[in-house]
Amino acid sequence: MDSMVQYLVTGLTVGSIYALMAIGFVAIYNITGILNFAQGEFAMIGALSCVSFVNWGLPMVAAIPAAVMLTALIGFIIERTAIFPVRNRSVITLIVITIGLSTFIKGIGLIIWGTSPHTLQPVVKAEPIKLFGAVINPQSLFIFLTVLVLLVILYVFFDKTFIGSALKASEKNPRAASLMGINTSSMSALSFTLAAALGAIAGIMIAPLTDATYEMGFLIGLKGFVAMVIGGVNNIPGAVVGGLLLGVIESFSGGLISTFYSDAIAFGILLLILFFKPTGLFSKAAGERV
Amino acid sequence: MRRFNGVLHGQLWRPLLVLAAIVLLLPWFIPTPYIFTILILIGIYSLITIGLSLLLGYAGQISLGHAAFFGIGAYVSGILTAKYAISPWLAMVIGVIVTWVISYAVGMAILRLKGHFLALATMAVNIIFYILILGLDEWTGGASGLVGIPGLSLFQLNLGQPLYFYFFVWSIVLVVIVFSTNIVRSSIGRVLRSIHDSEIATEMLGVNVAKYKVAIFSLSAVYASLAGSLYAHFISFIAPPSFYITFSILLLVMVMVGGVHSIWGAVLGTAIIMFLNEWIRYIGQTYFQISGQVEIVVYGFIIIVVMMFMPKGLVDVFERLWRKIASARIKEVEKRKIAAERGDLA
Repeated sequence: MDSMVQYLVTGLTVGSIYALMAIGFVAIYNITGILNFAQGEFAMIGALSCVSFVNWGLPMVAAIPAAVMLTALIGFIIERTAIFPVRNRSVITLIVITIGLSTFIKGIGLIIWGTSPHTLQPVVKAEPIKLFGAVINPQSLFIFLTVLVLLVILYVFFDKTFIGSALKASEKNPRAASLMGINTSSMSALSFTLAAALGAIAGIMIAPLTDATYEMGFLIGLKGFVAMVIGGVNNIPGAVVGGLLLGVIESFSGGLISTFYSDAIAFGILLLILFFKPTGLFSKAAGERV
Repeated sequence: MRRFNGVLHGQLWRPLLVLAAIVLLLPWFIPTPYIFTILILIGIYSLITIGLSLLLGYAGQISLGHAAFFGIGAYVSGILTAKYAISPWLAMVIGVIVTWVISYAVGMAILRLKGHFLALATMAVNIIFYILILGLDEWTGGASGLVGIPGLSLFQLNLGQPLYFYFFVWSIVLVVIVFSTNIVRSSIGRVLRSIHDSEIATEMLGVNVAKYKVAIFSLSAVYASLAGSLYAHFISFIAPPSFYITFSILLLVMVMVGGVHSIWGAVLGTAIIMFLNEWIRYIGQTYFQISGQVEIVVYGFIIIVVMMFMPKGLVDVFERLWRKIASARIKEVEKRKIAAERGDLA
């Protein structure tokens, strides 16, 4: 029983990170139709630049927003230079361009931060908390709290502000949105900026638990993508649930079956979902456009 | 003779002859055995990228999991020859059959998906395969790899000799090119291109689209398996990292950079990416004293630039250049003709 609670907590912690990545994927995918393979690199830049800012003597409260803003700026620049000019090309071309971007950014990360892993001090320095026999790392609580706050902010942003509604409209139906006078091209830039910021936050959150390296982006990005597919590609709540579910599946299969095969099990489940319900677990049925 | 003309249809013999000439002549100019190894690897990888080009360029289906099929070929060959002392040729055939069965089953399941989801599903297959070869270490040797894979020999000819192996690999590549261009030209090829343009329209014409997609997926997997077997016998040591998604991505990049609408693009792309990798590494090490993976910056940058400004790949640039030269020559001839006629009049 104790270990069950432990698996659940661990799963939800990792799952929250996946959820943040998945939200970024959903935002970009629905607005631009692009699957951004470079999404994981945003997490890498966020985490490592935060490490650098801290090393330069910035306090944590200043370093985190600085790193997030820097990453968001990079996301914006990437969209304007490499994505927007070619937005009408085929899916495969765009996939390969984002693969190129991912490789390029990873290389820049390697030049700046080297190959050795960097540690980031946790934001909250406290003793691990014992709850129902499980040991909860304070960082986990911090992650839950941050994700919760972010979800509220995102909700307010998408539902209560004009620009958020415009973004959501271009997500639902870009053509109709542009007919309503929404500038969908700036929405595309906004979606990349938002996704980069969320990716950076995810990277900064996970760094104290796993260490940050220039290579960390690939797998975390891939998991975010999986989370998005599990949840259904066109809704943010689905992506969040998908991320949490993926984290919990991984942690339980790791604890109960084998840590070695936990990734294989997670991807096996993904294949089953794709096979039986390709639209994701939580999406409303949508007809395919011809 | 007419049959021969049928197989080497139209202008095919020209580029084929050029490639054969390059293959025959290159060994005379190669200074180091290291570059020779790269030439052999280009041949082996070309087999996979030709298959991917059929799948991607003609049928319009993406795959980011072909490293798995490459791995199945390599591991079946490796295990059967190194542990059970079975004839390499028989092992190669078994590898191809195993790959065909697996890829057919996988293809049936995942080829209903499209675009990004197909990419993700093939990646998932690749990751599961990678974890399995790491985990089943009793057979595969796990993370430390599988050693002692014997070299090939053909009619007492020791293919362990790089020169012989080089010619052997590239003659297989030539055969595969002829075979593949003939598939493209056949009715199957036309169905594939029709699927590429619109699956629904093709289905409306009464074509079993799923059957064709799975068939071409399996064929490309079989090419990859063949390449895997050759790779295992050439390197004589295989380890899991060679068969991870990163290699699948590299293969996709090779096909895209070369040019996806032509089988020649696959070979060109493979050669260019391989040499580019080596060249950047060499420049980086000799002139900037950097080691490690720093070359990926340049490499990523080139992928972005090629895809942004040459979406049809480098083969398209070559073709346009060729056409320009050809049309200039025609114009030259016509000009002379006109001049001659004027001369007659005068």
